[in-house]
Amino acid sequence: MSMLEVKDLSIHFGGVKAVQNVTFNIDSGIVYSVIGPNGAGKTTLFNLITGVYKPTTGEIKLDGEAIHGKSPNELARRGVARTFQNLQICMNMSAIENVMVGAHLRLDRNLFKAALRFPTLRKRDAELREEAAELMRFVGLEKYIETRADAMSYGALKRLEISRALAMKPRLIFLDEPAAGLNPKETIEVDHLVRKIADSGVTVVLVEHDMKMVMNLSDRILVLDYGKKLAEGTGEEVRKNPDVIAAYLGAHA
Amino acid sequence: MKTTTKGILIVALILAIVPFVSPNSYYTDLAIRMAINAVIVLGLNLLIGFAGQISLGHAGFLGIGAYASAVLPTHFGWHPLLAMGAGALATGILAALVARPIFKLKGHYLAMATLGLGIIINIALRNEAQWTGGPDGMPVPAMGLFGFELSSDKQWYWVVAALLVISVWASLNLIDSPFGRALRALHGSEVASQVVGVDVARYKVIVFVMSAMFASLMGSVTAHYIGFVSPNFADFFHSIELVTMVVVGGMASVFGSLVGAVLLTALPQALATFEGWETVVFGAILMGFMIFLPKGIVPTLAAKFGKGE
Repeated sequence: MSMLEVKDLSIHFGGVKAVQNVTFNIDSGIVYSVIGPNGAGKTTLFNLITGVYKPTTGEIKLDGEAIHGKSPNELARRGVARTFQNLQICMNMSAIENVMVGAHLRLDRNLFKAALRFPTLRKRDAELREEAAELMRFVGLEKYIETRADAMSYGALKRLEISRALAMKPRLIFLDEPAAGLNPKETIEVDHLVRKIADSGVTVVLVEHDMKMVMNLSDRILVLDYGKKLAEGTGEEVRKNPDVIAAYLGAHA
Repeated sequence: MKTTTKGILIVALILAIVPFVSPNSYYTDLAIRMAINAVIVLGLNLLIGFAGQISLGHAGFLGIGAYASAVLPTHFGWHPLLAMGAGALATGILAALVARPIFKLKGHYLAMATLGLGIIINIALRNEAQWTGGPDGMPVPAMGLFGFELSSDKQWYWVVAALLVISVWASLNLIDSPFGRALRALHGSEVASQVVGVDVARYKVIVFVMSAMFASLMGSVTAHYIGFVSPNFADFFHSIELVTMVVVGGMASVFGSLVGAVLLTALPQALATFEGWETVVFGAILMGFMIFLPKGIVPTLAAKFGKGE
């Protein structure tokens, strides 16, 4: 059985059908990429699966359990993590605190114990700080461990989002254009990072425009166009698909 | 030593010295009112500065606490401490009931809804004259425990000073905990905190209820200290005054809350010499703060001298 099953998924915003009857399955442990021209509905699809939007019709199952319509925090409990195309960093906090927030569900969140400075809570927080620093090293942010989030570069913030998502210890991670806006060197670093994440056993779903990176990393690729599924398969299959070529290069290519 | 630990020690030291350098009871009284406001502002800053929400109706919650301490002992013979607890509980329940629908709103709409809530409480206090004395207010019995009665300014000072130090300590603990990080995170990015598992709606309700109950308790303390309550205590202008203290001192700054409360409690007194023009001067000073120190006094100074809180 596939880890994630999406069936006939649609969402309409007024008259705009942003995602229409999309069906696909993602097996556990693979890197699955979603590509398509701008406005194809890739981010909307991410928002649907991670609970930010509620689908108009269709169903989404995680390990056989229906999850459509559940809120993002309920999905977080089930091990679903994500990053955002347009950065969603808490600029009012330090870099490492942003990562620590990722571990929210694994901590004792009791208000009274916190206010009274319970030793167990403090100890766990100190351990978590170590853990978070380790994660920042893992994504290549060792320079920024003591930095405020609002003093970091765009490329560093992209990776900070990834380390926050990893702090959840997710089983399934959605990366929305992790290489967008990065220079070629940074792009290669993110490419390696995604590979490392996948090798650690986390199932990765990737939206990315950098085709080299997509072809290099993906086990399977889903192509969207105008909210509809255009093609799905391995990199090789997708590359040869005439519909895909038409969508990317124009109908007469 | 950590900066925050130093901060608490400095606050405690100042509080310990004040009664010995205070020339007369006028200054002791001023210090008590500063400390009471500081505790209220700490609670309000958790809501406004840290969690990024707003309440323009907080004086209403103060009013519930204050009137619980006046009405329940006077009309029903309750013990003042019991009345205080009942007031806080009632405030908590009311805040929890209204919080769910209110926090579906954001920004200006949220400000309007909390404003309305404060006004409704104020009107209720004004109109239920058979219980509350209506617009004239009513006297509040003295606070006591085991035959010991809190009466002199000195006694009140130490009680309030202790409350303040505990509140500062608890606030600092709270913001540097999983709970506090979640609050600050939902301020920074609601959607990001949701996808890491923070139940944003629930956290907003909790912090609102908590800061409302804080206000109610301090409303009771104020009522017993002054010995009299009137509806003005729960009116819109008092709510605005409290929010101003948060903003002037510094949003999301524990020590800023103290500075804001101290400064804005003292300022009207200091300006009394302007006879009739004091509100104008007061307004001008506030505008000056907003233009030159938009982040509030303490965060601006902390950034300038390169130190975190």
